[in-house]
Amino acid sequence: MKEGFATALEKSLVSCHSCHLVCQASAVHGKGEMICPRCGSVLHQRKPHSLSRTWALVIAAFIFYIPANVLPITTVTSLGKAQSDTIMSGVIYFIHTGMWPIALVIFIASVFVPLVKLFILIYLLVSVQRKWQWRPKDRTRLYRITEAIGRWSMTDIYVVTILVALVRLGGLATIEAGPGAIFFAAVVVSTMFAAMSFDPRLIWDSMETNYE
Amino acid sequence: MSTASTIACHECDLLYELPALPEGSVAKCSGCGAVLQRHKRDSLDRTLSWTIAGLILFVVANSFPFLALKSGGLVRETTLITGVVELYNEDMRSLAVLVFLTSILFPVVQLAGMLYLLLPLKVNRLPWWKPALVFRFIRSLQPWGMMEVFMVGILVSMVKLAKMAKVVPGIAIFSFAILIFVLAAAASSLDPHLVWNRLELDS
Ligand SMILES: [Zn+2]
Ligand SMILES: [Zn+2]
Repeated sequence: MKEGFATALEKSLVSCHSCHLVCQASAVHGKGEMICPRCGSVLHQRKPHSLSRTWALVIAAFIFYIPANVLPITTVTSLGKAQSDTIMSGVIYFIHTGMWPIALVIFIASVFVPLVKLFILIYLLVSVQRKWQWRPKDRTRLYRITEAIGRWSMTDIYVVTILVALVRLGGLATIEAGPGAIFFAAVVVSTMFAAMSFDPRLIWDSMETNYE
Repeated sequence: MSTASTIACHECDLLYELPALPEGSVAKCSGCGAVLQRHKRDSLDRTLSWTIAGLILFVVANSFPFLALKSGGLVRETTLITGVVELYNEDMRSLAVLVFLTSILFPVVQLAGMLYLLLPLKVNRLPWWKPALVFRFIRSLQPWGMMEVFMVGILVSMVKLAKMAKVVPGIAIFSFAILIFVLAAAASSLDPHLVWNRLELDS
């Protein structure tokens, strides 16, 4: 394999986001959009408005994160008594009843992962905007992590769905999904879109020397 | 298809001239370490078999109850779709739609789309309706199919419900569990680069 020493950008080439075909970028600077000849996607040298889009989605996710944790995600009605649970009170309940593994799964998926993801994205955004030179390879790796872990936050949404179906059918008690669940789903979806709109190539664009 | 192809790293934009890779090898970016391309052995055949297996398991997983709840003399069963319907009836429409898309619709569209593309390619034909568009579309659904996360959700629910009533796993839960592995195998045997090349060559 021939080693790469120039970027596609420097050679006026553009690589397609969906099929990775490398095309001449001549038309990209013109008025019209350039379309990938192989798959038909619109070609961009970098993901369009990557930084502002990612910022907007990260901020939206933070805003959703508050009601997601304050409002109940489930309400259990049993023998006329209603009890509401938030994400954290669910975790605490499992700790008290000695079910550590479940408490840990829910805590990691619902509390830890979204926050870690958001903080990593903020760190990456700031590092690109300030043109930091520090360890681009590790920052790219961090980006890969945020892309991979986000989906696992859906666990609690699925648990709520299954509980609602089964317990409603069970008759003795009913479980209803609470508004917290909707905000929580909004957190998961907006962090996933945030990770997708961030372009890791921006990390490398601000490097002064080319990849030592 | 033995000619070198130009490829740019999708994570750091470095350019490479990639020669035809030997079977089973992986090309990694020397700048950032991203996987540029993986040459899989019998990629088309294997992806096609996993896809067919996946579709069959998907039908089974959705046709039978995956959990049953026993309390008193009552037995209640649930299929994948019941939870979605319950949420929808409860006015949790957005949640119902999200669960439906990520655990049912996107996975099956992906499987069906792969079958639609790979079956004709297998006999050296081009799928008749916009193959590039279909492939692009199902690739973009990739992050949104979350069956393996749903499986973890089932396990957590089982533990949660065990306190209230007797929980009995149904047939669907087993096909569901196997499906997770089949989907992973289908994803890892697929060589998108190869499919793009085939679609391009034949058009
Ligand atoms: Zn393309
Ligand atoms: Zn790279």
